[in-house]
Amino acid sequence: MDNDLIKKRNWAFGIVAFFGLISIATYTYNEYYIYLSVYLWFGFIYGMCLQYGRFCFSSAFRDLFAVGVPRMAVGVMLATVLFALVSAFVTATGLSTFHAAPTSLHAVVAGFIFGVGMVFAGGCASGSLYKTGEGNGVALLVILSISVTQALFADVAGWTNKLVPQSWHESAVSKGLPPTINAGDGWVDQYLAGYVWDQPVMTYATMMGQTDESITGAFFSNAFLGVIVPAAILLLFVYLIWSRRSFLRKRKKVKENLNFKDDLLGYWTMIVASKRTAIAGLILGIFCGLQMFVTQGLRVKFGIQNAGTLLERMGHDYGISVNGTVFDPGYWYVTTQEAQWVGWVFAKAGADNMDNIYFGLVNGIPNPAINPADWMSLALIGGAAVMALLHNEFKFKKPTLELATWAIIGGALMGIGSRLGLGCNVGAFFVRVAQGDVSGWLFGIGMIAGAYIGVKFFNWWTERQMAKEFEACDI
Amino acid sequence: MKFEKVSDGHYQLDVKGYVCPHPQIYTKKALAKLAVGDHLEVIFDNPSSGESISTMCDITGDEIVSQKQESGKFVWDIEKG
Repeated sequence: MDNDLIKKRNWAFGIVAFFGLISIATYTYNEYYIYLSVYLWFGFIYGMCLQYGRFCFSSAFRDLFAVGVPRMAVGVMLATVLFALVSAFVTATGLSTFHAAPTSLHAVVAGFIFGVGMVFAGGCASGSLYKTGEGNGVALLVILSISVTQALFADVAGWTNKLVPQSWHESAVSKGLPPTINAGDGWVDQYLAGYVWDQPVMTYATMMGQTDESITGAFFSNAFLGVIVPAAILLLFVYLIWSRRSFLRKRKKVKENLNFKDDLLGYWTMIVASKRTAIAGLILGIFCGLQMFVTQGLRVKFGIQNAGTLLERMGHDYGISVNGTVFDPGYWYVTTQEAQWVGWVFAKAGADNMDNIYFGLVNGIPNPAINPADWMSLALIGGAAVMALLHNEFKFKKPTLELATWAIIGGALMGIGSRLGLGCNVGAFFVRVAQGDVSGWLFGIGMIAGAYIGVKFFNWWTERQMAKEFEACDI
Repeated sequence: MKFEKVSDGHYQLDVKGYVCPHPQIYTKKALAKLAVGDHLEVIFDNPSSGESISTMCDITGDEIVSQKQESGKFVWDIEKG
């Protein structure tokens, strides 16, 4: 083994040791820190899985439209189905941490903006985290853009108030929120309290007249009808449009008369074609479900509903929301903790950004060093770095001006889409779809349409770039 | 991005520094311009693009003749099928 590989391996072990030391030292200091360490280690596992499987939600739809490659669409559907099955078990035991989101066309619009953004940026919100762990400067720029845009967008007021329909304003003011939260001021506040909160919250189980915790509600309505059936149909479309022709062409070389069984074989071959992606999808799905189970177990053990209570018990009361809460989903999430750390920086620089719903009423802006979800994201980057270092795939890459431009534009669109949709490709799509939340597929439909438009643009852009090169080569 | 003719039937596409989806889109467009039997050497350093290019070649019938990897840089020789 050459010196470079040995050095990289040592760095990988160093990162693992660093996270291990943080967990042990903080637990020794106060046992409540184990709650944050759970976030940390699940984030670490997600990072390893994402890097190993090159798991990017953007790629799932973008590569279908751009180069006709279905591997990531398969991986995402596999992960979602597994996550749904584990979640159904967790929900049926009453230990789910999930709360469904309001359902309306806003999820489609938000998904569309997010979808265009993720193609421009070269990766989704979670993909940008793991690629940062590979040393990719463009991905880091995307994260910064998502983070800053969200923190600014969540608190935007002034002239944007004029864009708010009167009905939203009246509905927001009538909610009677605490006096420190001025719900009648700020575009996002009035969008949330005046429109989104008035939309119905639906899961497939509640639509069928069942509770989410019932066996039929959790396993049949939410997991089977809400996830497994649509995922199988979606993959069938993917097979018919992008995969069937090439499979049957190869199959004809070994068998003359093809029949329905060959199509079944082709469908299955497409699913297992990329082992790395399939394995990553399976592990991600299982661990995403387990995280809810473990987090809820700790909440019961410590007698809390939210990590804000733990932070206050440990004497950290800065940046806690007016409800005494901080962002603490209890499952995989990406974008809100990114908005929080920039929100915290802005607040330290003198900004008054705790008068909005997003930070002031719900998520808070705790110090990033003790923000549970920030521990998850940092460990996700670390897990991806470890995997990349071990496979000799780590490389520092400085962004070029062209890629930096796409990263900033794409990140900003993803930031806005995330706040409109109350989450990103993970929180608003992956998690919600897997939990039987109707708004999840709506966000997904928008995201697919956005990815299509983004690819159309890049096809035009790359065509222009290559035309000059082809001309020089006379082809 | 740099695309050049190395010799008769041999071309090189250098997309180092590019992230998704650029390497796979450029590779697809470059392969579309080549004649059957021509070789395209693709140089890239975005690992996830490798998965997409590999699956794309499997679907289109193009053959990846050789794959080299050193310090996060990938050099693949693809024969147009």
